[in-house]
Formats: sequence, C-alpha cells, structure tokens
Amino acid sequence: MLAFFIRRVGQSLFVIITMATLVFFGVNVVGDPVAMLVAPDADQAEIERVIRDFGLDKPIIQQFGLFLKGLTRGDFGNSFIFGEPAIELILDRLPATLELAIGALLLSIVIGLPLGLVAGLFPDHWGSKTIMALSIFGFSLPTFWVGILLIMTFSVSLGWLPSTGRGDTVSVLGLETSLFTLDGLTHLALPALNLALLKISLVIRLTRASVRETMQQDYIKFARAKGLSEFRIVRVHVLKLVLIPIVTVLGLEFGNLIAFSVVTESIFAWPGMGKLLIEAVLQLDRPIIVAYLMLIVVVFVTINLIVDLTYTALDPRVRLGGEKA
Amino acid sequence: MTKGGLMKLKSAIIASVITSVGSITFADTLTIGLSSEPTAIDPHYHNLSPNLSFGQHIFDPLIKQNENQGLMPGLATSWQPVDENTWELKLREGVTFHDGSLFNADDVIASFERAPDVLNSPSSFATYTKGKEVIRIDDYTVQIKTEAPYPLVPNDISQVLIISDEYADATTSDFNDGSAAIGTGPFRFEEFIPGDRIEIAANADYWDGAPAWDAVTFRPISSGPSRVAALLAGDVDLINGVPTSDIEVLSEEEGISLWQGSSNRVIYLHLDQFRDSSPHISGIDGSEIPNPLLDQRVRLAISKAINRPAIVDRVMEGVAIPAGQLLPEGFFGVSGSLEVEEYDPEGAKALLAEARYPDGFSITIHGPNDRYINDAKIVEAIAQMLTRVGIQTQVETMPRSVYFKRASSGGADGLPEFSLMLVGWGAGSGEASSPLKSLIHTYDPEQGFGSSNRGRHSNAEIDGIIETALATVNDDARAALLIEATERAIGDLAIIPLHFQVNTWATREGLQYAPRTDEFTLATGVTAAE
Amino acid sequence: MIAKSLNSPLALFLRRFSDNNVAVFAALGLIVIIALAIFAPWITPQNPYDLAQVDILDARLPPGEEAFAGFTFILGSDGAGRDVFSAILYGLRISLSVGVASGLIAMAIGTFIGLIAAFAGGRTDAIIMRIVDLQLSFPAILVALMLVAVLGKGVDKVLIALVVVQWAYYARTVRGTALSERKKEYVEAAQNLGLSAKRVLFFHVAPNCLSPLIVVATIQTAHAIALEATLSFLGLGLPQTEPSLGILIANGYEYMVSGKYWISVFPGLALLCTVFCINLTGDQLRDVLNPRLSK
Repeated sequence: MLAFFIRRVGQSLFVIITMATLVFFGVNVVGDPVAMLVAPDADQAEIERVIRDFGLDKPIIQQFGLFLKGLTRGDFGNSFIFGEPAIELILDRLPATLELAIGALLLSIVIGLPLGLVAGLFPDHWGSKTIMALSIFGFSLPTFWVGILLIMTFSVSLGWLPSTGRGDTVSVLGLETSLFTLDGLTHLALPALNLALLKISLVIRLTRASVRETMQQDYIKFARAKGLSEFRIVRVHVLKLVLIPIVTVLGLEFGNLIAFSVVTESIFAWPGMGKLLIEAVLQLDRPIIVAYLMLIVVVFVTINLIVDLTYTALDPRVRLGGEKA
Repeated sequence: MTKGGLMKLKSAIIASVITSVGSITFADTLTIGLSSEPTAIDPHYHNLSPNLSFGQHIFDPLIKQNENQGLMPGLATSWQPVDENTWELKLREGVTFHDGSLFNADDVIASFERAPDVLNSPSSFATYTKGKEVIRIDDYTVQIKTEAPYPLVPNDISQVLIISDEYADATTSDFNDGSAAIGTGPFRFEEFIPGDRIEIAANADYWDGAPAWDAVTFRPISSGPSRVAALLAGDVDLINGVPTSDIEVLSEEEGISLWQGSSNRVIYLHLDQFRDSSPHISGIDGSEIPNPLLDQRVRLAISKAINRPAIVDRVMEGVAIPAGQLLPEGFFGVSGSLEVEEYDPEGAKALLAEARYPDGFSITIHGPNDRYINDAKIVEAIAQMLTRVGIQTQVETMPRSVYFKRASSGGADGLPEFSLMLVGWGAGSGEASSPLKSLIHTYDPEQGFGSSNRGRHSNAEIDGIIETALATVNDDARAALLIEATERAIGDLAIIPLHFQVNTWATREGLQYAPRTDEFTLATGVTAAE
Repeated sequence: MIAKSLNSPLALFLRRFSDNNVAVFAALGLIVIIALAIFAPWITPQNPYDLAQVDILDARLPPGEEAFAGFTFILGSDGAGRDVFSAILYGLRISLSVGVASGLIAMAIGTFIGLIAAFAGGRTDAIIMRIVDLQLSFPAILVALMLVAVLGKGVDKVLIALVVVQWAYYARTVRGTALSERKKEYVEAAQNLGLSAKRVLFFHVAPNCLSPLIVVATIQTAHAIALEATLSFLGLGLPQTEPSLGILIANGYEYMVSGKYWISVFPGLALLCTVFCINLTGDQLRDVLNPRLSK
C-alpha cells in the first residue's frame, strides 16, 4: 500500500513538473510583453529598464530555473501589468468565480433534475420529447450569444435584474462573498443562469438516462408488483439511485464550470479569475497566465490523486489490476 | 427572432427607459462604466491612459490640461522660462492633502524623484521627467532645469501627479490598499477592488471648490455591448468608449444623451520605405519584385485609392474625421493648408501605370483587431479599395499582443516585419511634436527619435526641422517649424493619414459630459444639465 | 428479395432510426445544411471572401435592400458590406470543415492510441490511460484557449487545438470497446488461425468499434464547431477575412444592442440549427447503436 501511495504521489509530481515546463516554455515564446506594455514613445533606456525589471534579460534557461525555484515557495512572480504577486491577484478573484460556479451548479440541479425526472418517467409523452429537444437546444446555444440576450431581456427590457457586475458582499468565515446579500444574489442570477445553460441540459439528459435504466431493473418491477405507489417508488428507489451519477458527474464538471466562466465573466463584467485570465492572455501578462494554469493543474492532479487513493483504499482489486474499470 | 419581435423588444426597451427616467432622483452619487480600468491607484506606476485619467481624481498635477489639452494652473499658479534652460513655477499656497498636511515644494521634489523610478513599472514616467532637474527655491517656488533648451517642459510636467513627500517610499501596493493614496485632488480614495469597482468620495476642502458629486463609483465593463446595456438598464450613469455600432440607436433613444469630441489620435498607414524588396509584396503572378512603395507615386496612388469619407461614413458610422495630417484642427502646430487627399481611383490607376505598375502588384496589409476603434474593419475596407485600383490586397489582422511586436521588430534582423500596416498615434502632449518625433523622424533608438517609425521613412531635412522645433522655446517660431515639418512629411507621404478618432461618451438624460481630446473620463467633467 | 433487404443491417438501422420523427427531420436538416455548404459558390449571389466583390458602401443594410452589384441582400449585409446570406453559407463551410477535419484527425489518433492501450495492456495501458484521464479532466475550452494563445491564430493552429482537445474521448471509447471485443470468440478464433496481432487489431477489432465511434464523432463535431465559435468570440479563433460562423456571430455581437439584429442573429441561428441537427442525429444514433437502451 505504501509503495503504491509513493508511486502515485511520484506520478502526480512528475505530471506537475512536466506541465510546469510545458506551460512556462509555451507561454514564454508568444509575443513580446515589453513591446505591448511600454509607452509607444519610450526610448531605448526605458525599454531596457522594463526588460530588466521583468527579468527578461536573463537567458530563458535561467528564467526557468528562477521560476522553478519560486514555484517551490508558491511564488509565481509579479504580474507584469499590476505589479503585484500573480498568485495573490488570482486568489483574490477566486471567491467571485466560485460563487458563479456554485450558483450555476445549484441552478442546473434545481431546473434540470425535475425536468429530467419527468422526461425519464414518461419517455413517450410529447412533453418529455419537448424537454429533450430543448435540452439539445441548450447544448447547441453559444454561451456568449445567450449572455447578451439575457441582459437585453431581463435587465434592459424588463428591468428586473442588474445587467453587469457583482453585488454587495459580506464577510463569511473570512471570505468576501455576495451569496448572502439580496443585492449580491440579484447580480448573480443572470451570469449564473448563463453559465448553467449547458449544465442544465446535461442534468436533464443524465437524469432521464438513469431513470430509464433504473425503471427497467427487476426490483422496481418487484416493488410495483408489491403495489407500492408510483410516487413512492420514484421518491424512495429511483431518486436515490439517480442522484449518485449526477452528483459524481457534476463534481467532475465543476472544473469545467470554472473554466467556462471565462466567457460569462467577460460578458457580465464579473470580477472573477476568468476575466483576469482572458485579459492576461490578451495583454501577455505571462506570470498571471502561468500561475492560473499551474493552479488549475495542481487542483486537478490533487483531485485525481485523492480519488485514486480513495478507490484503492476501498477496493483492493484496483491495486492488483493496476487499472480502473 | 422575427423583425416584428425585435421591434417589440426595442419599443419595450424605450418604454422601460422612459419609466426609469421618470423615477430618477438626482442623488449626488455617480456611477461610471469604464471600458478599461486603471491597473493601479499608484499615480506613478503605469504611464497608461486609464491610470492617468483616474489619477486626476485623487491627485493633482502642477499644471492641468483642460478638455482640449490646453494648459491650466493646477498646483502651480504660474510657470515661465527664466532663461533658456530654466523654468520657474510658483506653487499654490494653502493647499492641503487629504490627510491634512500642507502642500509645498518638498512634495514636488519627492514626486519627481519617485515618478520615473517605481519598481516593476511596465511603463514609467521617465519619459516626462528625464533631463529635468527640480530645484527648490523656497517653500512655494521651484525651478526646473533642462540640459538643453526644451519648450515642452510645461506639457511634460502636466503628466506627473503630485504625492505627499511622506509617501515618497510607499510601494504600489500601499497605494492600492489606500494607505498611501493621499493626494490633493477633488476626491478621496475609498476602495479599490480590481476588476469590480473603485470608489471615491468628495474632498470637501478641495482648493478649487468641492466637487459636484458626493461619491463616485467606477465600474470596469470591458465588453462594449454590455457597457451600453448597463447604461440602458440604468445601472450606470455614464459610459465611455461607446461602440460606433450603437451610436445611431443611442442617439434616437430617449433618456440617453451622447457627448462627442474629436480625439488627439490619428489612424494612419505606415509603408515599408527601407527595403529594396519587401516581404509582403509580390508581383501579380507571385514573382519577387522590387519594393514599389519606395516610389512616391505608388504611395500617392495608395492614398488616392482610399475613400476616406466612405470609411468614416460606413465603417466608423460617421464618428470620425477624415485626416490629411497628424493632428486635427485646433491643436498646436497644425497646418492650415493641408487638405484631406481626395478619393480618386482613376488618378491612382494612372499613377500606378506611370510608376510602371499598370497591372498593379500584390500586397498584404496588416492591422490589429483589438486596439483602435473598428481597426480590423478599416483594414478590410482599405483592402477592398486597393484591390479596386489593381493592387491585389490580402488582409491579416491579429491581436495587439502579437501585432505590435511583429510590426516593430518581427522581420529579419529585428526590423519591422510588415509592408503596409495600420497604426494609430495619440498625441499625449497635445501638440504636433509628439507624432513628428516618434513617427516621422528617422529611427534613432539612442536619441529616442522615430521610436514608432515602422516604415523607416527618413529625410534628414525634416529631421533637422523637428530637432530645431524641439529646442525652440518661442511658441510662434516653434509652431511655424512644426507646421513646416508636418507639411513636408505629408508631402513625402512618409505616412498616409486616414482619419482622426472621435470619442463618444453616453450619459443618462439630465447629465452632461464635457468631451476631452485626451480620452480621459473624469467625474469632474460630469454636470447636471440645466 | 424484399424480405432480405428489409433485414439487412442498413435497413434495420434505418428502420430503428426513423422511430423518432424529430431525429429524421434533424438528419434531413443536416443533409440540407451540408449540401448548402458544399454548393455555396453556386447558390450565393456573392463570394464574400473576394474583396473585389465586397463593397464597404453596402455595409449594414437591412434584409431586402439591394446591393450596388445589383443582387438583393436577403438577410442583410454585415459591417464590412458582405452579404450575410453568402457569408453564412461560406462560414458554414469553414465551420463544418474545421469541425469534421479536426474530428477525423482526432478520431484517427484516438483510435490508434486506444487500440494500442487495449492490446498492450499492463504498463503501456496504464500510462496511456493516465494521460487520457488527465487530458479529459482539463476543461476543453481552457486547453484550446492556451494552445491558440501559444501557437497563434490561423486555421492550422485552431485545428491543432481542436484535435488536442478531442483525441482523448476517442481513445477512451475505443479502448473500452476493444477490451470487450477482445474477449469475444472471433478474436480468439482469428488469433488461433495464426493471424498477426496487428492484423487482428486493425482488421477485425477496429471495425467493431465503429458504432460507438460514430456516436462520439457526431457529438464531438458539434462540440468542435461550438468551441471554435467561442474561441472566435474571445478573439482567438480563425482569421477575420474568411469568417467562420463563430466569427460572423462575434462580429455581429457588437450590433446586438443597436437593433441591427440581422448581422448576428442569422449566423447565430445557422450555428444553432447546425449544432442542433448534429446533436439530435447523434442522440438518436446513440439510442439505435447502443443495445443497452434499445427496446
């Protein structure tokens, strides 16, 4: 067990270092951040000062060495544009993005689950077919396009919800969050819905598929034969089974939500990490790009590692076979 | 969506705006939607338009620039040359910083020492402070000495904001968290949440009278349509950078007012004038040909082939001014006799034939797609027009993060890569020496001349005139020199000017904004309409 | 004769597929869309990529207006004076070819790697699947975003990004199917006949992975098209002058508030219809080809 543990941790470290190398060299070959940033009428001395201040005068290998050294201390260098530590800038924006992702997740369950249940229980009803068609619609709509339509409809035309930005925040357990203020929730509604659209469709389809599968199981037939009411069957037996895959998949999709918030945040001027990233990409703020990617890599690798180790602890067969089902 | 459906949506928008106008109470708070936010509160960290613009709220310069970039007294009440290399400034007495301390000459010296030397600054203020020594004469008098006669001292120092000498060693973070954000400006710093908002509150003791607004919130909304939607929804009171595509509909919208004024930014073409064979030019059949842009007739043909009024009307939706020189009318050093080149496709064809290109040639025009108003579309329109006179034109546009590096040094031996490129230039100093020095003068990195001369046009006589102008303190004599240099550069077709950008702000009804040529969005420029 | 053809696999497939009327419509719609894209040059009044044919003076005309060149803008014109209808059909070509090409390349790579993993087993399999898992755990949009940011713009770059994002799905699908195929009798029989492992792999097992692959391929193509559109919206997609549907929408996006709806709405609807039809068709294919759910 210990050997297995060490091997898996070693693998994960290897992945992180490989990714760090790829990301660092990948990002450092694009464009010229100095030419981007200095005033267009700057003289040579000024240009050289900026190159020096950013540490770009050193050979790339030495830069990489310094980057790796900083990495061990969790230091990704200072943002070229903001002049503050890149990782701090990202972590400052993390709560806003998490809020958005959590909001979208909740919306997708609240809207998607009931619709999926209906579609799964009455697969041949026209209503269910409509739901399914609409769910594919949800898959096909370009997020950015829907975003501005939502703003035009609910903010501009109806005036129900604020168009852009994040609302008032309160401090909960040391985190600034807008989830617990009314102003915050009204600001969150539209971007969360926009981000949730794809996931709503996903939940509908997952729910329908597992409901249909579950309903064909013998024990459901048995329960029916026993004369249990359909409602009770659904509530007690089906729902429980259906929830497991949905929770699993949504857990995995959470990372995707965070990534996709890049688009939603740009449209709704939501002050999250995604907006920071896309601006960093457009302005070649290399430390931010690298820090963001490394943060994501570390988070994903850690999740994978924990899942693996848990599986192993629970199921010794995995250890023997060396492969997951 | 059907047309009828959309009409309904539109009338619903109008209706909702009208009702919301009815319920507006004129509170003394203002919310401004900005197209791009400052990168720091530190006034000396980043020489960048949004930072300079925001800095004016909390800090004051010695000399202010008005809406048309004319110089006005700020923390200095007067300034004049006492000899060729020395300017003397009288400072305003009785001004206090937000922390109550008194402003005097020490603060000026501290600010000029800090401005060029902030750690990690991506673009420093050294441009404005270099070659100048600030000397304290007494508490309320300073002298600025230059190494050589230099007329632009007042323009340069108008860009440097004054901090209290107590914070001379403060870091950029100290300013961002507010602990060092102490100025003499019309507003006090309240809070800065990057990406979300900046809040400021009125400084009731401001030396020029308390501002009209008790509290102002700036919100960055970078997406154009979202910014317009936020204004239509009543979430913000004022937005800058109104997309040209929305101007027509906003001007018809009740409850919205538009404020426009020409900017100091010229959009122009640079042409490869230094290579015998240009990388993005070939014969119609794809064969290698000598660089046709070296021939002045070809450059003139390109200028004549461009239908500037059509670009202004169709691409810019009327929100631009066709350009025949480097700065629009009204600025210092602008020629009264230069005309906008007439659209003349036949003349262009004739010139091409005369220059022995009767069948034209093939060229690629490059441009950015996220830097200037409608940049990619302008490039496309120009390609259409050049193709019509026989110059087969391909278009390549790219994000500015890639574009400017390639435009400046992407070619062989670190030379500019492109043959024909679209670029813009904003004259920060508000007069003609700025574009002449950077775009027209021969490339000379050591002296800081021609830093953006990406076509590498070079004319020693024009260089001489520009250098003389930059050392002539007498305004009339300098204006004459700048005009002469401009006229000769345009005559040479060193660059091909296209148009001057026009800036548009939109406010809810009941407010008015004084448009500024420097593109700044200032809360002090917003007033309640009579 | 008739009876025989009715029971041929294709006929069976068609019968099952046509169970669902909506899916049949979607499949027909898809055929029409593909035909429109292929025959675009013969249908459209203008070649929107030929700058000599596009006139800036025609910019932003509403549907029904007449162009300088004499034809009618049935869906209006865009900000550069292009006919929106022509631009949509040409854009459709680009979007579809980018989607299909990236899908085919990814499928080839993914199938190859998946088969190797399934048959090599052991350490090779473990390493490959580790990479696949890692790749799949990364959000596609992020991977594509970074690749395009690093590689630069251009059709080939976007294509590479889309392939990188997709191959792992194919690899995993093929490996799963191949593992279950391997246990089947015909593989054993083939091996007993002394056929080489390579031969068994590519000529006997691979064809049997086809049906799940088709399902994955349809869904992935729709994904690729939508992803390309999003990249274009973020300013990191294909070049401007030969716009894909995504770029047409992104370009028109700035007109959304201004009432010039046709510039963005029509390309948006075209994209929606295309992805919708592909997804619906793929969905039905899954139901038909996946025996577990078939009645």
